[in-house]
Amino acid sequence: MAAGEVLPEVAGVSWRARMDARRLRTLGRLWTLTTVAHVVPFLAAAVALELLQPLAFPVALACLAHAWIIPELYAHRGANVVKSRPRRSADDDAERTALGLLGDLVDHDARELHARSGLVLERGRLGTWLVGEAGALLVTDGGRRVACWCVRVNVPELPSGDRTAHLLLALRADEEGFATVANLAFSGARWRVRRRLPAAMRNALDAAGSSP
Amino acid sequence: MSKLVRMDHTGHTTLAEWRTDDPEAIERAVQAFRAELDRGYFAMVSTGPGHAEQVRELPVDAELVIMRLPISGG
Repeated sequence: MAAGEVLPEVAGVSWRARMDARRLRTLGRLWTLTTVAHVVPFLAAAVALELLQPLAFPVALACLAHAWIIPELYAHRGANVVKSRPRRSADDDAERTALGLLGDLVDHDARELHARSGLVLERGRLGTWLVGEAGALLVTDGGRRVACWCVRVNVPELPSGDRTAHLLLALRADEEGFATVANLAFSGARWRVRRRLPAAMRNALDAAGSSP
Repeated sequence: MSKLVRMDHTGHTTLAEWRTDDPEAIERAVQAFRAELDRGYFAMVSTGPGHAEQVRELPVDAELVIMRLPISGG
């Protein structure tokens, strides 16, 4: 890859292996294994407790709760990467100006989806991206899996549209570099993230999941 | 008319506009472009649907050159 095609921010995370489809699959499997490693012991403990001492059912219930809550917390963290956070807000004029520039960068369908959900749909080589103002979702494996990336431009006073445009331009310049710089917050089944998103973002996730 | 814009707190600011047959305007754009690079901005041009390229010299033929700030993992 020529130097001009590599995202310059990659130099700041030189200890990370460059992301590619194979590494993405490996990380996805590791996330699945981690989930199994969290869930199975608690489920086994709940069953064993009930078999050994039925009066211990409150403890067994606590084990079941742990088996449910821990994966939920991870999925919640994943969904959070695209949810808007309260911050110092740009004024309305700035926001409109920023949205105008962002609108010039995407097609009509993506503009409409962004207006409804705050996310820009972008097809890449690794999968279909949904880019927000402080993170991105990458839908892969025929729409079954989603990887949640925490990534942003660290200037709080920028309007939301500009923050999204920053990420979109970086993604378009070097998709694998973008995924290398971003922090992977979660990888797992799409439905696990979907149920944690606001309705408008669910629709965007569905659109990404059915994207060719 | 080509434009050099910087994404900033105002939405975006137009730093320079030029035509390829106007050497003075091009020179002003080049100076503005270099000043933004010195401030830590990166210059991007769209190279087709879904594609963008970082440039280190002002592409005079480009319709729109956008200056962006570095991104980082959150």
